[in-house]
Amino acid sequence: MSESGLPQQEKRVIHMRVNGAAYEAEAETRCLLSDFLRHTLRLTGTHVGCEHGVCGACTVIFDGVPIRSCLMFAVQADGGEILTVEGLSEPDGALHPLQQAFHDCHGLQCGFCTPGFLMALYAFLRDNPDPDLSDEAISEAISGNLCRCTGYQGIIAAVRSVLTTMRAGRVQPSPVVEEEERV
Amino acid sequence: MTTGVPGAALVRQEDRRFLTGAATYVDDIDLPDMLHAAILRSPYAHARIRSIDVSRAAALDGVSAVLTYADLGPVSQPLPLLIPHPALTQPRTQYALAKDVVRYAGEAVAMVVASDRYIAEDALELIDVDYEPLPVISPGDLGAAIAPGAPLVHADVPSNIAAHLVQRVGDIDAAFARAAHVFQRRVLLERSASQPLETRGVVARFDSFERSLTVWDSTQGPISIRNGLAVLFGLPRDKVRVTAPDVGGGFGVKIMLFYPEEVLVPLAAMRLGRPVKWIEDRREHMTASNHERGQVHDISIALDADGRILGLRDVFLHDTGAYCPYGIIVPQITSCQLPGPYKLPAYYSDAIVVYTNRTPVSPYRGAGRPHGVFAMERILDYAADQLNMDRVEIRRRNFIQPDEFPYDLGLVFQDGLPTRYDSGDYPAGLERALEMIGYAQFRSEQRRAREQGRYLGIGVGCYVEGTGIGPYEGAHITIDNAGEIHVATGASTQGQGHETSFAQIVAGELDVPIEKVHVTTGDTQRFAWGTGTYASRALVVAGNAIGLAAKAVREKAIKVASYVLEVAPEDLELVGGRVRVRGMPVRGLSLAALSIASNPIRYAYGAQAPDLPATLPAREGPPLPPGEEPGLEATRYFSPQHATFASGVHAAIIEVDIQTGMVRVRKYAVLHDCGKLINPLIVEGQVSGGVAQGIGGSFYEHLDYDENGQLLNASYMDFLIPYASEVPHLEIDHIETPSPINPLGVKGAGEAGCIPVPALMAAAIEDALAPFGAVVDRMPLTPDDILKLVINNMR
Repeated sequence: MSESGLPQQEKRVIHMRVNGAAYEAEAETRCLLSDFLRHTLRLTGTHVGCEHGVCGACTVIFDGVPIRSCLMFAVQADGGEILTVEGLSEPDGALHPLQQAFHDCHGLQCGFCTPGFLMALYAFLRDNPDPDLSDEAISEAISGNLCRCTGYQGIIAAVRSVLTTMRAGRVQPSPVVEEEERV
Repeated sequence: MTTGVPGAALVRQEDRRFLTGAATYVDDIDLPDMLHAAILRSPYAHARIRSIDVSRAAALDGVSAVLTYADLGPVSQPLPLLIPHPALTQPRTQYALAKDVVRYAGEAVAMVVASDRYIAEDALELIDVDYEPLPVISPGDLGAAIAPGAPLVHADVPSNIAAHLVQRVGDIDAAFARAAHVFQRRVLLERSASQPLETRGVVARFDSFERSLTVWDSTQGPISIRNGLAVLFGLPRDKVRVTAPDVGGGFGVKIMLFYPEEVLVPLAAMRLGRPVKWIEDRREHMTASNHERGQVHDISIALDADGRILGLRDVFLHDTGAYCPYGIIVPQITSCQLPGPYKLPAYYSDAIVVYTNRTPVSPYRGAGRPHGVFAMERILDYAADQLNMDRVEIRRRNFIQPDEFPYDLGLVFQDGLPTRYDSGDYPAGLERALEMIGYAQFRSEQRRAREQGRYLGIGVGCYVEGTGIGPYEGAHITIDNAGEIHVATGASTQGQGHETSFAQIVAGELDVPIEKVHVTTGDTQRFAWGTGTYASRALVVAGNAIGLAAKAVREKAIKVASYVLEVAPEDLELVGGRVRVRGMPVRGLSLAALSIASNPIRYAYGAQAPDLPATLPAREGPPLPPGEEPGLEATRYFSPQHATFASGVHAAIIEVDIQTGMVRVRKYAVLHDCGKLINPLIVEGQVSGGVAQGIGGSFYEHLDYDENGQLLNASYMDFLIPYASEVPHLEIDHIETPSPINPLGVKGAGEAGCIPVPALMAAAIEDALAPFGAVVDRMPLTPDDILKLVINNMR
């Protein structure tokens, strides 16, 4: 305990690979992964809507799995591999098919929830590359993410559009992230 | 290239930054040397503050300042009252930090500024406040708040009555006296809230050399904030810049002047000489950002023998929470918009605005309308049922007809101007909606389902929405040397797609691809006059200002071309972003060239600059007519005569599972009339989002207070917002009755979607559960509530 009566804070140096780049930084043990990504690594595309794991805006891919970065401490991600919305488009700026579909189908308004939806759907379509998914299955797939603007109509249309493109065999459900070193 | 014709369903220009994580919301702003603020909030709904000891907090490592009321200096007066009204006889607003008494759980008491947010929150734990709890207005029946002996929220406000607003049209007593039928109901909508996904946030920086204050605020009204801060801090207006950067949804809750933090953060930045950031967390947002809904109506209707309305009497209580910073706008809108599309020869509206120990109330999307529409539509449904008339038929008999516009209700609207419907076609809207939902076929479908033990119901809801109120908005348009067109307006953006719809107006007027048009909203440095984005007004008021400015720039381009080409203006035309001689299309100048010619930088910049002097006729002096202002630019304002009135009809078919009380929406149809459509894709997006919020308000969203005034569901675990699985596919169609009172013929579309939803869902549930004699008089209804409607009537 410190002089103030509050618990002493411990800091650790952690390493992680985010969007293909390697990072090393110091984090308090209590620092949320969402805060670490946003304010330490300055990757502000990941948003924080509720800070208690309900809205899904802070969803990122951690070691291949979509997680809520507000429900995890940065130190728990030590040594991990993370993909955020900043890593979704191609290095040349070409949008990922999901991003393109959200644009084409008016799947976003204020954009605050959008990164969370994109990351949740990125993992979902990778794991369920089924062009015949029903609208109900799509709704179910995004039922961990809140959108307050769109009424979900454009988002569901966007997923449907990606699936249609997949059926035509024109896109892979998810890109391979280019590996590159950056410290 | 896309031609930006108004009316085209273009995808949005602004999407890319949101899709790639490159947008800039307030919390994304990170300044060198920045400090972080956290707010201590009252845990009591009503208490006297005996003392506050901040010494332990101030001593914590990393803490720069701890502020209480005593430290407020220039901001120690109560926060302002917006839109005073003669009926609001007891206005009360809160202090930026509580002085002596707190009146709702969540009221700001102290602020800590520290090196990071974690430490700031640590320090909150070290502030010792000695509270003396005071009696609290109990939740539940709002009538208890005005009953004799109720605890007083403000010791000097008798009976907790803030305002008493009465509006009357015709002879209401005579109407009831001669009525063939009179029916009465008590109905209520519970308290709810906007809940944008981005909470509120403020960053402020003070430059002591320039003596200028820069504020980034997730507000819907940055210009009002700028003007207010300039007054409070005694700075010239042009030394205060307020920007609403990318804002993650608003829906009304972000249109205050001021929330406490909007003055506290700038104050701290000025005091400490370092930038300060405050970001609201979700729990704070639930208790300390304004709420809405929360009205109880006693409504009675007088009908003739044919079901035509003779008179309507509505007496309602409006819960304004502990303060009324936004005046009585919400109940006033309810009073004016309850009549909807129906003719009321006599109308008596009596609103009592009540203080309670709950979070203050200001508009949330719909702004008083869902409540009024709920009361009106419920009494019509009830009357029809009692008269054995089809619920739709009673509406047909009472509609204002298309040839009766302008139709003046005789009521004073929220802008102090007449509630005068400018155009519409309510019968056509209803018939189209009925066709979309399959009204004619539904009864047989319902009968077949009932035979299988399934309970289907249909509901229809009609509304009229006053949109596009003044006082004014403005726009500035300038064309640069590359021919890129820059538009700035004060109406800010929270996701409405203004960078596209506003650009379409300009692209259409100047006949250029929409990609050439760049719209900036919500930056007081770019455009300094206006009031903000609320009341479904941005497209109507700012959009028309933009249209006027684009016309002015067009005229200017032709004038400059006329001078430099030595051709009469009437012999020139603007086609494809180029002014050319009629009948001689090769002779002309692009907007870029005209911009260079009219901009005295002596042909130094711009792709066409080097060749330009040679193309112009040899003439002494500058290439502008004498007395002409330089630049291809213009500023214009638009002030509407009064609101323009959009309307719509929604219909839904639902299925109630009588085992679980769950409701499934099987079909949902929207017929929407917002006048001329500038971008149907964006309008439908607005409508869809509104319907989803209406579904939330019908089945999920309410704010649950206990007898101590504690908000019991102040998290997203407990306050339920619809996910995709709760929102059905929506079928949306439009009719267009152009507004005759603005050049674009447009009406607002932002709030429409949510307005009739609770009303029609109530109707649909009653209809589904008609075999049980269910009566729905309140919203939202949980599965539990719906089961009770079944079980209580099973005996």
